[in-house]
Amino acid sequence: MTELSRRQLLTNGCVGVAVTAAPTEAFAIARPPKEISPDAVGMLYDSTLCIGCKACVAACKAANEMPAEIPPDLSNWNEHTWDSAEDLSGRTLNVIKVYRNGTAEKKDREIDGFAFVKRHCLHCVDPSCVSVCPVGAMRKDPVTGVVSHDPDACIGCRYCVYACPFGVPQYDFSNPFGKIAKCQFCRHLLKDGKVPACCDVCPTGASLFGTVKDIEQETARRLSATPGTSYQFPRGRLGDNRPPNPATIPNYVKAIYGEHEGGGTQVRYIAGVPFPRLGLPTVPSQAPAALSEGVQHTIYQWLIAPIIAFAGLAVLVRRRVNHAEGDAGPKTKGDRP
Amino acid sequence: MSAAAPLRRSLVTPTTLVLAALVIVGFYFLALRLIYGLGAVTNLNSGYPWGIWVDVDIFIGTALGCGGFSMAILIYAFNGTAYHPLIRPALLGGLFGYTLGGLAAFTDLGRWWQAYNVLLPWHWQPNSIMFEVALCLLAYTVVLWIEFLPILLERFKWLALKRFLERWMFVFVALGILLPLMHQSSFGSVLLSMGPKLSPLWFTVWLPLLFVVSAILMGYAVVMFEATVVTHAFDLPSEHALISKLSKVVGWVSLVWLVIRWADLLNRGVVNLAFAGDLKASMFWIENALFIAAVLIFLTPAGRASQRASFLGAVALLGGAILYRLDALMIGDTPVGNWSYFPSVPELMVTIGIISLEILLYLVFIKLFPVLEGVSRSDTASA
Amino acid sequence: MAATRKSDINYTACLGPDPEAEIRGSGSVTRRQLVQFCAGVAATMGLSSAAGVRMAEAAISPARPPVIWLHGQECTGCTESLLRSYHPTLEALLLDVISLDYHDTLCVGAGKQALDYKHAMMEKHKGAYILVTEGGTPLKDGGIYCKVGGKTQADLIREAAEGAAAVIAIGSCASWGGIQSADPNPTGAVGTQKVIPGKLVINIPGCPASPYNLLSTVLYVLTFKRPPALDKENRPRFAYGRLIHENCERRPHFDAGRFALEFGDEGHRQGFCLYKIGCKGPETYANCPAIGFGDVGFGSWPVGTGHPCFGCTEKDTGFRKPLHALATVKTLTPPTAFPQVNAPEGAGPSAGAAAVLGAVAGVAVGAGAVLLKQMGNGKKNANDASKEQA
Repeated sequence: MTELSRRQLLTNGCVGVAVTAAPTEAFAIARPPKEISPDAVGMLYDSTLCIGCKACVAACKAANEMPAEIPPDLSNWNEHTWDSAEDLSGRTLNVIKVYRNGTAEKKDREIDGFAFVKRHCLHCVDPSCVSVCPVGAMRKDPVTGVVSHDPDACIGCRYCVYACPFGVPQYDFSNPFGKIAKCQFCRHLLKDGKVPACCDVCPTGASLFGTVKDIEQETARRLSATPGTSYQFPRGRLGDNRPPNPATIPNYVKAIYGEHEGGGTQVRYIAGVPFPRLGLPTVPSQAPAALSEGVQHTIYQWLIAPIIAFAGLAVLVRRRVNHAEGDAGPKTKGDRP
Repeated sequence: MSAAAPLRRSLVTPTTLVLAALVIVGFYFLALRLIYGLGAVTNLNSGYPWGIWVDVDIFIGTALGCGGFSMAILIYAFNGTAYHPLIRPALLGGLFGYTLGGLAAFTDLGRWWQAYNVLLPWHWQPNSIMFEVALCLLAYTVVLWIEFLPILLERFKWLALKRFLERWMFVFVALGILLPLMHQSSFGSVLLSMGPKLSPLWFTVWLPLLFVVSAILMGYAVVMFEATVVTHAFDLPSEHALISKLSKVVGWVSLVWLVIRWADLLNRGVVNLAFAGDLKASMFWIENALFIAAVLIFLTPAGRASQRASFLGAVALLGGAILYRLDALMIGDTPVGNWSYFPSVPELMVTIGIISLEILLYLVFIKLFPVLEGVSRSDTASA
Repeated sequence: MAATRKSDINYTACLGPDPEAEIRGSGSVTRRQLVQFCAGVAATMGLSSAAGVRMAEAAISPARPPVIWLHGQECTGCTESLLRSYHPTLEALLLDVISLDYHDTLCVGAGKQALDYKHAMMEKHKGAYILVTEGGTPLKDGGIYCKVGGKTQADLIREAAEGAAAVIAIGSCASWGGIQSADPNPTGAVGTQKVIPGKLVINIPGCPASPYNLLSTVLYVLTFKRPPALDKENRPRFAYGRLIHENCERRPHFDAGRFALEFGDEGHRQGFCLYKIGCKGPETYANCPAIGFGDVGFGSWPVGTGHPCFGCTEKDTGFRKPLHALATVKTLTPPTAFPQVNAPEGAGPSAGAAAVLGAVAGVAVGAGAVLLKQMGNGKKNANDASKEQA
């Protein structure tokens, strides 16, 4: 149950194979991908540094004034008083989960080991949610790239929930006046020059905030360093002068999650176990929004096709109606539907 | 007057009573949904934010309402004047399919009190396919009511108004062909955003085409189905001759649909997924089997000639197209995480209630308004 | 271990005719205190109360072996911590009851007289005495950096270990070298085991070691004539089998993400977790949170007073890792309530839903069958398809 079931691995694998095997010409109709803003902000989550303390979950709740999540099946354990979110929800914007395999004895080992993963919005470069929202409740900031949500515009159609390739936006089904909830990078703190709550409180620097450019450099440094060498892991925000966390470089999986997934994201992951084990979905590099918008614009650009079609149809129908009238002779008008 | 006339039967029959009861139950749960929220009544969750209310009531329900649209194409675009008797019942089916589909959409919305935002220009987000679907659907519902208006006017004998309306009806008929072409294809485009989450057995760039053609097919199948059921239930003269003629067209269009679908699957090299032995593969084969059955029945003279076979063919086609939509929206979808979904009893009762209301209103309207032809030729005053 | 069956022990009989009688004359421990204490020790070690009684018997049995206690490179803190216990007075227990025949610090005599007495005791009880070592042993340059009576500590230990029935190293210094073995370790200080590799040394690390851990181990050895269950560093599992992180009273704060960031800040005053200011609890095996020090009640251990644990029992942590560096969290598997990746969520079909769908399907199929039958009966009307071709 804790492992990726064989079925899921098969499905992921098939999707991966199918998607990568699909001829790219089929999606040539997609519009060009969006570029990342030069001042985009991002986050680096290093699963090997995460100790599962959930300080980020607690801080996120406090910073965003989200209510506690008390699952009924845990009430024997937490006496109905303790926020113990098991997954993202209408009340939980950030969650830490554990991957366990076999005896789960050693951290960041794939077999008979365990590892932690942080799940929240990845703030895609070309977000599906922004593209699919009919009323523009999801917006991407042109400078910082933060994807925000406006509950006053939202009609609750949940297309964003349905379309997000990472399963991020959540609708609060338990509330008759529910809202869509997702991490918004603590934009209310960013505008005061502060750091998102999760990165601010992380004791080990597993959640690290910074500009995407800085994040990319830091990620490259860590992945290219020799495992076993000591390293000063920055904490809070890249470029701040907080005391670093001196530790050793672990055996990273040599890949960065979010570099290309879904057209690229501003939150990047590195880990000591393969990303599918952490529940991070395998997402191809073409943004789904690029394809759907490409098809839609091809058909409907400037409404040219519909207008021409309408004109043609109107003429055709009129002619048929007149024809029927003329053929049938002086029939009462009631014949026509 | 036209050849159509109201069916002079009692409005209160065992069938309508049962349907009314189901409607009341459905609306009771709908009221609960408004008071307590979606979670209290449905099993919707983050992995399956769209359940049967969206899939069945909206996507499938409106496709079932494409009878008017399909017949309009045949009659006006291809000069199928012989099919006139079928257009009014088709229109009626469409009327309720869309109106109640719209109601279902409204109550499924998580923030329904802000639904009007979709009409405010400063909230328009034209990149969103859902945006186009919402506006088209609203517009088409209005068009359907306008197209149906003459029938109401005929009943109430407001003939001057009826004549005026009919001078401009060609505009609305044209819209009545254009708008469904737009939004039924967009129902398919909606799934283009799913990308990696939708199984390659359904995910393709040709989704809009496949959806709009299958919607047209569903329109024909519904017309055939309704005509058969109604004429037999009320002992009216059979429309089998027309149905038979129609079914040939339907057979060919269905074949073309299948060819496009399979050519695309083979081109993308994903047919191996159909042999994975999982639920998706099984549903894929059932879907295809139903389409193939319909094609076989409709393209053979013996199939077309037999009332039973034709009826079964229509049912098979409806089944196949309905399953196609259900598969593309829900079963072919692999959410992120490890999610299960099955509708709850209240959720099912709401869907059943809405469908019952559609059937009930249809039965009421054919009895009150001049929709069906062949009525005057059969019994006139039986209770 | 579970409590014993009632028939196992007869407390009244154990306590004897006069439970308040002091065992070794005035100022000594009463019999009641001894039995109570041993029952507590047994509980700490996970043994039954019956075992506790056996320990009490063994402790005062005339056949009990003596204890020889040697000091090497140390601060005498372990002995001092022994002397600071009051429930009962442990030194009374150890000195009077168990017979600490020779203790470098506590013996009354000094010089040659004391050493001669030690040799006499070692000869007299050869093969039977328990040797307790406190403090590290320098090995560099022939071990000259610690000599008592002209002999190196290394030689003294080897000599004493020869006739010892069991060897117990108390304190981190005797277990693995302690503070003098910190970089650059100029004297080559090591633990007792490295000096006598051929003989099992039970290690009771800590700085200081908890006197109760020592006493429990000694009583166990006296009673059962074998060491208690040991881990791979030869530390008794009852005391060193779990991380401090697993027993710490501030653990809920760690799990909920509440940390003190500086001494004296709001979080520190609220008693939040000290992980961020360098607590090594997550990588240190010891039972300090459970038993405390100094007998002054709950919370009498470093973290309880608001200072992070520095990992004094662990040879890779204590005196090696900087005080305020973050600990490596040696969490064994996270608790089962920790949210899992890919945990199943959502509802499957309920019986009611399946029933409703079944009913709908049934009605549809039934109605369809009726209709088909009707069609088969042949309806004759003007538009019959058999008369018109498509």
